Amino acid sequence: MRGGPCPAPAAPSSAHAQRPRGRPPAPGDAAGGWERVSSRAPGASLLPRLSAQARRPPVTCGGWRPVGDAGLRGSPAVPVAARGAGRRGGSGRVGAMAVNYSAKEEADGHPSGGVGVPGGGAVGGGGGAVKTRKPDNTAFKQQRLPAWQPILTAGTVLPAFFIIGLIFIPIGIGIFVTSNNIREYEIDYTGTEPSSPCNKCLNVSWDSTTPCTCTINFTLEHSFESNVFMYYGLSNFYQNHRRYVKSRDDSQLNGDNSSLLNPSKECEPYRTNEDKPIAPCGAIANSMFNDTLELYRIENDTRTPITLIKKGIAWWTDKNVKFRNPTGDGNNLTALFQGTTKPVNWPKPVYMLDSEPDNNGFINEDFIVWMRTAALPTFRKLYRLIERKDNLQPTLQAGKYSLDIAYNYPVHSFDGRKRMILSTISWMGGKNPFLGIAYITVGSICFFLGVVLLIIHHKYGNRNTSADIPN
Amino acid sequence: MAVPIRWARYRWHQLTATEDREGSSSSNSSNKCYQSSKTNGKHRIVIPCLGHFKEEYEKVSKLYMNNRIRTTKYTLLNFLPRNLFEQFHRVANLYFLFLVVLNWVPLVEAFQKEITMLPLVAVLAIIAVKDGLEDYSKYKMDKQINNLLTKVYRRKEKKYVDECWKNVNVGDFIRLSRNEIIPADMVLLYSSDLDGICYIETAGLDGETNLKQRQVVRGYSEQVSEIDPEKFSSRIECESPNNDLSHFRGFVEHSNKDRVGLSKENLLLRGCTIRNTEAVVGIVVYAGHETKAMLNNSGPHYKRSKLERKVNTDILWCVLLLILMCLTGAIGHGIWLSRYSEIPFFNIPESDGKSIPPTLAGFNMFWTMIILLQVLIPISLYVSIEIVKLGQIYLIQNDIDFYHEKTDSTIQCRALNIAEDLGQIQYIFSDKTGTLTENKMVFRRCSIAGQEYCHEENAKRLESYQEMDSEDEDSADRHCGSLTHMSKWQGHNCRDVNEPLNRKSLNQLSCSYPALGGEDGAGNFPHSGPLAFSSPIETDVVPDTQLLEKFSQISSDSYQRSKEASSKLSLETMYITDFFLALAICNTVVVSVPNQPRQKMRHSSLGRMPIKSLEEIRQMFQRLSVRRLSSSPPPSVKESSSESPSSFVRKLSIFRMKLASPALNGAAQRTAEPHHTNSPENSKVPQELDTVKVVAGCEHNGAASSIELSPLPKICYEAESPDEAALVHAARAYKCILRSRTPDQVTVDFTGLGPLTFQLLHILPFDSVRKRMSVVVRHPVSNKVVVFTKGADSVMMDLLRTASEVGTSCSEMEQKEIKERTQKHLDDYARRGLRTLCIAKKVMSDAEYAEWLNHHFLAETSIDNREELLLESAIRLETELTLLGATGIEDRLQEGVPDTIQALRKAGIKIWMLTGDKRETAVSIAYACKLLEPDDRIFTLKSQSRDACALVMNKILEGIQKNTSAKKKTSQKLGNVSTSPTTQAPGFGAGLVIDGRTLEHVLHDSIQSIFLELTEKCRAVVCCRATPLQKSVLVRLVRNKLKAVTLAVGDGANDVSMIQVADTGVGISGQEGMQAVMASDFAISQFRHLRKLLLVHGHWCYTRLTNMVLYFFYKNVTYVNLLFWYQFFCGFSGTSMTDYWILILFNLLFTSVPPIIYGVLDKDVSAEILMQLPQLYMMSQKSVAYLPSPFWMTLLDAFYQSLVCFFVPYFTYYGSDIDILSFGNPINTAALFIILFHLLIECKSVTWIHTVVIVGSILFYFVFTLAFGATCKTHNPPSNSYWIMEKHMTDPVFYLVCLLTTCVALLPRYLLRVLQGTLFPSPVLRAKHLDRLTPEEQRGAIKRWKDDCIVNCRAEFQATSGSSSSATGAVSEEESIASLLPTCKPPFQACSRDEKDTSFLPDIQDESGSTNGLNSEKTKFLNSSKETNSDTFGANNSCAKASVCASGGASSALSLAYKARLNSGLCEEDALMYFTKLEC
Repeated sequence: MRGGPCPAPAAPSSAHAQRPRGRPPAPGDAAGGWERVSSRAPGASLLPRLSAQARRPPVTCGGWRPVGDAGLRGSPAVPVAARGAGRRGGSGRVGAMAVNYSAKEEADGHPSGGVGVPGGGAVGGGGGAVKTRKPDNTAFKQQRLPAWQPILTAGTVLPAFFIIGLIFIPIGIGIFVTSNNIREYEIDYTGTEPSSPCNKCLNVSWDSTTPCTCTINFTLEHSFESNVFMYYGLSNFYQNHRRYVKSRDDSQLNGDNSSLLNPSKECEPYRTNEDKPIAPCGAIANSMFNDTLELYRIENDTRTPITLIKKGIAWWTDKNVKFRNPTGDGNNLTALFQGTTKPVNWPKPVYMLDSEPDNNGFINEDFIVWMRTAALPTFRKLYRLIERKDNLQPTLQAGKYSLDIAYNYPVHSFDGRKRMILSTISWMGGKNPFLGIAYITVGSICFFLGVVLLIIHHKYGNRNTSADIPN
Repeated sequence: MAVPIRWARYRWHQLTATEDREGSSSSNSSNKCYQSSKTNGKHRIVIPCLGHFKEEYEKVSKLYMNNRIRTTKYTLLNFLPRNLFEQFHRVANLYFLFLVVLNWVPLVEAFQKEITMLPLVAVLAIIAVKDGLEDYSKYKMDKQINNLLTKVYRRKEKKYVDECWKNVNVGDFIRLSRNEIIPADMVLLYSSDLDGICYIETAGLDGETNLKQRQVVRGYSEQVSEIDPEKFSSRIECESPNNDLSHFRGFVEHSNKDRVGLSKENLLLRGCTIRNTEAVVGIVVYAGHETKAMLNNSGPHYKRSKLERKVNTDILWCVLLLILMCLTGAIGHGIWLSRYSEIPFFNIPESDGKSIPPTLAGFNMFWTMIILLQVLIPISLYVSIEIVKLGQIYLIQNDIDFYHEKTDSTIQCRALNIAEDLGQIQYIFSDKTGTLTENKMVFRRCSIAGQEYCHEENAKRLESYQEMDSEDEDSADRHCGSLTHMSKWQGHNCRDVNEPLNRKSLNQLSCSYPALGGEDGAGNFPHSGPLAFSSPIETDVVPDTQLLEKFSQISSDSYQRSKEASSKLSLETMYITDFFLALAICNTVVVSVPNQPRQKMRHSSLGRMPIKSLEEIRQMFQRLSVRRLSSSPPPSVKESSSESPSSFVRKLSIFRMKLASPALNGAAQRTAEPHHTNSPENSKVPQELDTVKVVAGCEHNGAASSIELSPLPKICYEAESPDEAALVHAARAYKCILRSRTPDQVTVDFTGLGPLTFQLLHILPFDSVRKRMSVVVRHPVSNKVVVFTKGADSVMMDLLRTASEVGTSCSEMEQKEIKERTQKHLDDYARRGLRTLCIAKKVMSDAEYAEWLNHHFLAETSIDNREELLLESAIRLETELTLLGATGIEDRLQEGVPDTIQALRKAGIKIWMLTGDKRETAVSIAYACKLLEPDDRIFTLKSQSRDACALVMNKILEGIQKNTSAKKKTSQKLGNVSTSPTTQAPGFGAGLVIDGRTLEHVLHDSIQSIFLELTEKCRAVVCCRATPLQKSVLVRLVRNKLKAVTLAVGDGANDVSMIQVADTGVGISGQEGMQAVMASDFAISQFRHLRKLLLVHGHWCYTRLTNMVLYFFYKNVTYVNLLFWYQFFCGFSGTSMTDYWILILFNLLFTSVPPIIYGVLDKDVSAEILMQLPQLYMMSQKSVAYLPSPFWMTLLDAFYQSLVCFFVPYFTYYGSDIDILSFGNPINTAALFIILFHLLIECKSVTWIHTVVIVGSILFYFVFTLAFGATCKTHNPPSNSYWIMEKHMTDPVFYLVCLLTTCVALLPRYLLRVLQGTLFPSPVLRAKHLDRLTPEEQRGAIKRWKDDCIVNCRAEFQATSGSSSSATGAVSEEESIASLLPTCKPPFQACSRDEKDTSFLPDIQDESGSTNGLNSEKTKFLNSSKETNSDTFGANNSCAKASVCASGGASSALSLAYKARLNSGLCEEDALMYFTKLEC
């Protein structure tokens, strides 16, 4: 890289400075360099240099030796021996030779003043004055970073497999037991079967004014001890359709007044109705689940309504941060939603969803739950909570119940199903045996593989642990 | 009226010209330049910007470019559009642009519009920033250069004023001082040097550090005072700007219409530095981008690596996969839609209330899917590959092992994107001189007038030098080598040396010479650093005693006597004199004095001494001869001449020892006495008494010592080629010292004759067509015109005077005899691997010369086809030559070359040697560097016609095939099944030697294929006498036809084309300038560095990059498939369950750095193991890591992992109230873990950097998603990931799902690796185990490993032994033993084998016909020898011969074996085969 026409005044001193580098036996250095790389001892890097330096003196010394019989007799042996000593790094000898060497250079009549690189020293430790292109001898640059070099053999990974197995199986059993302890009861009330009480409502449509009601009686075999969650479930309902998912305006739902009156384009074609902006706009809101479910306990032919709590079913953050009613003067929602119109399929506007003001408008929890679009076409959504009243009685005793349904939601057109689900939950949510079984299975497989590897290790593994490398 | 129009046109011209200037980039500026100058036709007229030319100047010169340069691609304004434009030349970027545009189509839009742009913008931005930074540094450099100051003549001030470089225009006068850099190409008009010479250093241009002379234009050199620009009234016409550095044509036309030719000698090139000259003035002819230096500056070149091409095909596969997936989506969507009889309300109708038909919806969905799944085509892959390559290059450049301390140079990677090709090299094409050899020419032998002088001491000196170099070599081995050297190859007049004596003297010498070297070389050694071709080994030549003796007789008397009677002795002396004169004169060496580095030697009296009249010289001679006669020769001379030469050698060395002692001073003083009484001329010689330069032969020339011992000034020779330097130094050793050289005269300090000043009439420089150079001088003594020519013997021998004329039969006969003998010597030299040159002379009469000069002058001044005319003129001159003698120059092998070649060979690389040298030289070097093994069968192709060539090649092929099949049969018979296919294929043990003329035939289309088939069977190919073009054609042939990855390595300008053609070009920054380096992709300083470069860095770079690329594909396929699987559960509607931002950033941020670190730092096997086990290279060479199968395996694994990663969460959350993004979150998180831990499984070495990066990536992911989830309430419609991550972080199921998914997904890959590691460990893996061992164990293991390979090698040995025997079959017993025994010095076997190589054909027949029957006696013998040799064979895997040599006892056994074999009628091949088999 001499390129670049930068002015380079010929410094007379540079010739002196480079002198030690131009000495004849430099090839030895390269060998030393290799040695250096191969040596594993961290301190070994100095050694090759010394030996490179020391390599010369045996020859030089020989030159000074009077040539006589000694030179003839001992000649094959002497340099070799001396060389060996130098390479072994006997420090005293090497040092002496180095001194000898540099002294000789001085004697040549070229005092290596100038740049201040002492003749002999420059070979080893010089370069301070002369900028060399020699790369830094750092671990990173020489790719000698200490590294963990995992070698995956049966022997080394055996413990890992056993450990995985030993951890997974208990976890799986725990999950499985937990899941089995969950009580769950599910009623399909779609009414596709002619025998079903809801069969009459099957072909209900959005714009039917009179609600179709039906009642389904059912019996709980086991009592539900803890709090019961009441879900409605839909099947074959693609709430995750790309364009359906997009069809909402989060700003509007967050109470942004400008978005309220001018909803996002994403809401099309449910953005405006009769030139009035729809609140809440979009297909999701428009298709909100609007069946009403009521639960009665039948005891001796008397129907006792079970208290269904409709608050606390949505995420706290959704209810309190993400969904906000429009802001304005006063708390009158009707006034706040002035200028908007209800979604097409809705029977009543959004500010009339509930009587309670903190569960009305956009912060109606049923609405919020619906707006959290389900990931899969078969899903459930939390509808109500049934709290355990006292510690003596279970939340839902075993026995007869009846479910009153105001059947408004048309699913028959796309072969959808509607369900009502009663479930208790645990720390891991609803009933799902899969995770537990999966953990047990995987744990067992790992354990089994561990055994297999153990056998393999005993049969074939030994050859790798020893230094013996067969073909 | 006409004037304004003309003015307007002129302005227009000017504008267009400037526009051209502005718009031209560095790459196409040359074209533009041509265009702009084309307006003036073919030639360019340069007129100084001065009064009387003003009008014309305005018209012409203003159209030329000024000296401002701009190498930047962009300006501030056009950076963005232009950079984008360039970036969109890439197909990948276009593809992503297409996606972005597609996303703007509302019908198919999948993401938010802006989001799709993100990856593209990121990639474009990264590249743009990189380009911008590069360009900015260029801009800064340009600015710096443009603002350099120089002195330009300005009319206003009437003097030279400081101007920036950028303001220099064509036609300006520029005055430069010493050490200034030349700002533009200019014609030299004045030099402060009295001879009109200017010295320049072209290091900035081509890296050559020796000084070059440039001359003032003829006619201007006579001026005493500095040229006055005001008075300059000439015009210069020259060729249009071009990039040919070595040619310049033009003329100066004076006002009186006289024309003076201009040549390269008159041109100062931009970028060079003025040296040794106080001041020069020149006129600018080319400026700025039109200068030759700039036109040559082609910038970095782009090569595409094989891997990159492979990656591109795989990307095409990915595209196919993508299309398939999208089609699935489209069809699925169509079917899904058609299931519904009416529009379900979750399927939003169009604005008109109707739904589009399923087919159209499916079609739209196709495009939506493409947008959604775009990540499958890894946009970041290209960026990552580039970054990884940069990192790899960085590490290569910082490897300390490539540092060469002597030259303070380390590896330069000039091409940034082909590092991984280093790991796949299958063929290496190597130049010989300077690449395998040091290109340090050492004068070894010479033959003068048919008499050989073999310079024994010189040879020994070299031996001893070698000893110092290669201390690792076994000393026994070396002795063996030198013994054979001595005993076998003694010339006819070389002394007979018996063994002990020889050894003794050798040792003495080896001891003494370094000491001497220190003393002797003191004169110039310290300054050898920056000087080319002047290391002590080159400069110190020990004269041959015999020749020295003869030399002592030379002096004036021989000259005088030659006038009277031509006795044989004096004729010989004449020859010797002329020979050394030729050596000293016939060159272009520049003399300088080292005391003041780079200062031209001003020899006050000698140099400027006007040519003396003949009388004066005669007087001088007489004076000298009287003195010579008066002093009696010292006794030592007599003694030495009477004694046996060997003892003389000893004496000499003792003498040297004495010299080295302070006693020398006395001698110097003593000899200094006559000096004072010397001729007045000599007293003017600068006296440098500190020099103790006494050469060994001084005492023999006691008589002539008066001149010789006048303190010898320290002289440095700066030669253009090492050969020249070697010859001048050789001449100097014989006291024929080149003192000075000016364009007009050469001064030589000749022992007996004193300083002779030759008037230099012409130099006909060397060119590759003529293969010779000549100087025409006027001899100061005879005053005749003498032509000295030196050149290749092949051409020189044809130019000699033939015995046509009758009458002079006596001398003619003698000439003929000399010619024959010299030819014999030449052949001998060539066989030893020496470079040969013939020296000849010719004496011309003045009339002849005048006639020739006329023609030559015409040729010189012509502009068009001047080269041809000059060539013709030269050929006309160089005829009827008288052969003086020949020289043999040794070019020593570079250190470590044989080891390197063996290692590379073991790595499965085929090595071809392409050289311009003679066949014999090439072959012997090939042996020396182990390219050819002593046992190889050598086929020589040397045919005159194409058909013959084809025939011969077919026969050879047949022979080889028969041979192999026969061998297979026998090996099967013996139950030996261990012949592994890996070594069987490449190494048959045959070598092919082919020369340039035959190559011409062979390269013809019709027989190319046969040739290639043949070369594939040979393990080494040597092409001699190959032209640069043939070299490149060969490389291209192998590269294209065999589809092999080729590497070309060379050091000289003649290798440039080959380097450029090869997949990887490696330049060796050696002695011959920088052209090869400039053209190369990698520049190294030593051939041996190739070993680490290929075996370690090549392997690493390749495996790293392939693994990274595979990993990239895996990563993208895995991740994209998650989305794909989800489509089955969302009606193929193109929903993504992950937030778009996270989806896009996943590739860009969270998982981009670990693979890059992996690609830069992963280390599968340590460097030490890779160096010691070259076999490992074959893994990458066969691109094991990147065959189709690993690619598809990777994709399969990716599919599996994505399935797991999707369906475990799917089943977990099935039927629950999970929402889309909450469903996607565990999937995404698990995918992150899977992808990162997959990398950990694949990582071969994990350093803290890996750990930091992987942990950092994971942390970054969580921090990002948490922050994103916390802040993004409404800002990111339509997807809204508000609080999802936060909620999941508190949900144990999330963790359980992630854990399970990660484990299940990675289990198979992990298991696979474990099983691979346990049951079927690959060689790399096995080698990796070695890393863990202690050094001792490691050594043992490697040895054992090699033993494995010995099985292969034995197979090879079987093959090779067959060949050797066939070659020697026809030789007499004695000779073959001689040639086989001392195998340690292969060059000397070369000849014996080589001569007989024609006999191979009948031999093959013999072998096939011979039975395999085994002589029982032989078995016994072989069995016995087995015991003695078995350990040797075991330890050394391939060079069985060498090991035999090392153990003396074994060698005798082997020789017995050979004898026995030769005596019997048994086929040698079989014998040897059994021999080796028994070894097993």
